Amino acid sequence: MRFWERLGRISPPLVVGLGGLLLWELVLRVVQPGGFVLPPPSEILSSAVENREVIWTAVLSTGWIVITGLISGVVIGVLLSVAVSWYRLADEAITPLAVAISAIPIIALAPIFNAWFGLLSPRSNQLVVMLLVFFPVFINTTRGLTDIPLDQIDLMRSYGASRWEITKEVRVPNAMPFFFSALRIAASLAVIAAIVAEYFGGRQDALGPLIIQNAGLARYTDAWAAVLAGSAIGIGLYAIVRALERFAMPWRAAVNQGIEG
Amino acid sequence: MTATRVAPAVEMVLVSKVFNRGKPNEVLALDDISLSVGQREFITLIGPSGCGKSTLLRLMAGLLDPTVGEVTVNGKTANQARADREYGIAFQTAGLFDWRSVQQNIELPLQLMGWSKRERRQRAREMLTLVKLEEFGGHYPRELSGGMQQRVAIARALSFQPSILFMDEPFGALDEMTREHMQTELLRIWGETHTTVVFVTHSIPEAVFLSERVVVMSPRPGRLFAELPVDLGARDFDTRESPEFFERVTAVREALRRPDGVE
Ligand SMILES: Nc1ncnc2c1ncn2[C@@H]1O[C@H](COP(=O)(O)OP(=O)(O)OP(=O)(O)O)[C@@H](O)[C@H]1O
Ligand SMILES: [Mg+2]
Repeated sequence: MRFWERLGRISPPLVVGLGGLLLWELVLRVVQPGGFVLPPPSEILSSAVENREVIWTAVLSTGWIVITGLISGVVIGVLLSVAVSWYRLADEAITPLAVAISAIPIIALAPIFNAWFGLLSPRSNQLVVMLLVFFPVFINTTRGLTDIPLDQIDLMRSYGASRWEITKEVRVPNAMPFFFSALRIAASLAVIAAIVAEYFGGRQDALGPLIIQNAGLARYTDAWAAVLAGSAIGIGLYAIVRALERFAMPWRAAVNQGIEG
Repeated sequence: MTATRVAPAVEMVLVSKVFNRGKPNEVLALDDISLSVGQREFITLIGPSGCGKSTLLRLMAGLLDPTVGEVTVNGKTANQARADREYGIAFQTAGLFDWRSVQQNIELPLQLMGWSKRERRQRAREMLTLVKLEEFGGHYPRELSGGMQQRVAIARALSFQPSILFMDEPFGALDEMTREHMQTELLRIWGETHTTVVFVTHSIPEAVFLSERVVVMSPRPGRLFAELPVDLGARDFDTRESPEFFERVTAVREALRRPDGVE
């Protein structure tokens, strides 16, 4: 019966999604505004199938930027928030700097990074993704590591727990929900950042260049197919993050089920 | 060995606590407190909000240092006693860790003390039986009612059989019926485990029902200004309705009303 339960849970968005696509298709068939405005989904899909090799290569190329940028941004964000939660001096030194970095429109720096690393190097795009991902992870994780009721810390002290034990047993698990909600935001940010950064440079077999080239040659259906591939990366990452989340925080899953059923 | 037996459970000599010393928001939270709690005694601290009850308990627990004076617990400094895990503590909020099952919450202090997994499991089972929650070991705290969570917190505080139990308004958030039930449970546990209990509360009937001695505090600055022995003997269901019980309740209420007691 688990299958039906699961279907029951995912069917509302499925119905809305499919219904939306159907409506889109029907309206375009009736109005026929021309492919440059919006091609019908059936044509986008057949273009995606037709160009599957080019698109697959592009997905791998962009996906690599997204994953490496995401992971490095997350690692740096987490390491810095641990430092900040341990040492006041680190907090005073790092936090204002992090806020300042977040105020820079990072994507606008892509052309400058290209000049640093070379126009066709993937490094600049990785850097854009990393910087963009870093901030929400840093801010949220820091909050989770430090925002702990005094009673809980005192309780640990009453057991004679060391600072490391308090970090391991209280701070880290307390930060988990904060970290994962940041990761969800970061995952979709990373895809957007990678593709937009690719408009300015980096490897030419990626999704960004594919969209630009097709749009430039008025092959809008093919451009849309590449956009579709980009959102597939985003959805895939989101699903992975949710799965990790459920694995890392079994206590949340248990409680939620209690409420739903 | 004998020293620990003979020494009072808690001894405070001329203790004062000042918060934010030398700053504009300086507060004299406690002033000249001297108090001795005997081994196996059940003592209650009562007083209006802000009179320093939690601060006093934190000083005894070695979680705060006194500005002036000395605190000893089982003959050791409060900090040493904390490091030696001489006491268990329960706060107003149950303070269970959401990410640990009920059983794992009770095992936490034992785990930090390096007990083996088998010993931990065994003791946690015993504790769950003591607080009558045998079937809930595998549940997460959020799946439990407030009263059940409070019982888990008490089980956790007792798990390593400390000789002293500090409790800061542990039943404050409970409804009247659960509260009375928990009071009876606590007295039963106290009787079975021979611990010393220092209990903080706002409630006069609670103080009278539970303890052998009620210490009344006054605010701004926090001082002890009355001590009332409560010689009601073993408590049972009828105690709460006995004339002696009401007499003691009235006595505590009058003490709280004295001019320097405010409220
Ligand atoms: N960490 C702190 N820093 C500054 N002032 C504090 C601190 N803790 C307590 N105080 C002050 O000390 C006084 C006593 O506080 P305490 O929490 O001990 O009162 P209480 O009797 O437990 O009150 P309640 O019954 O409301 O819990 C209050 O005036 C409070 O503002
Ligand atoms: Mg208090």
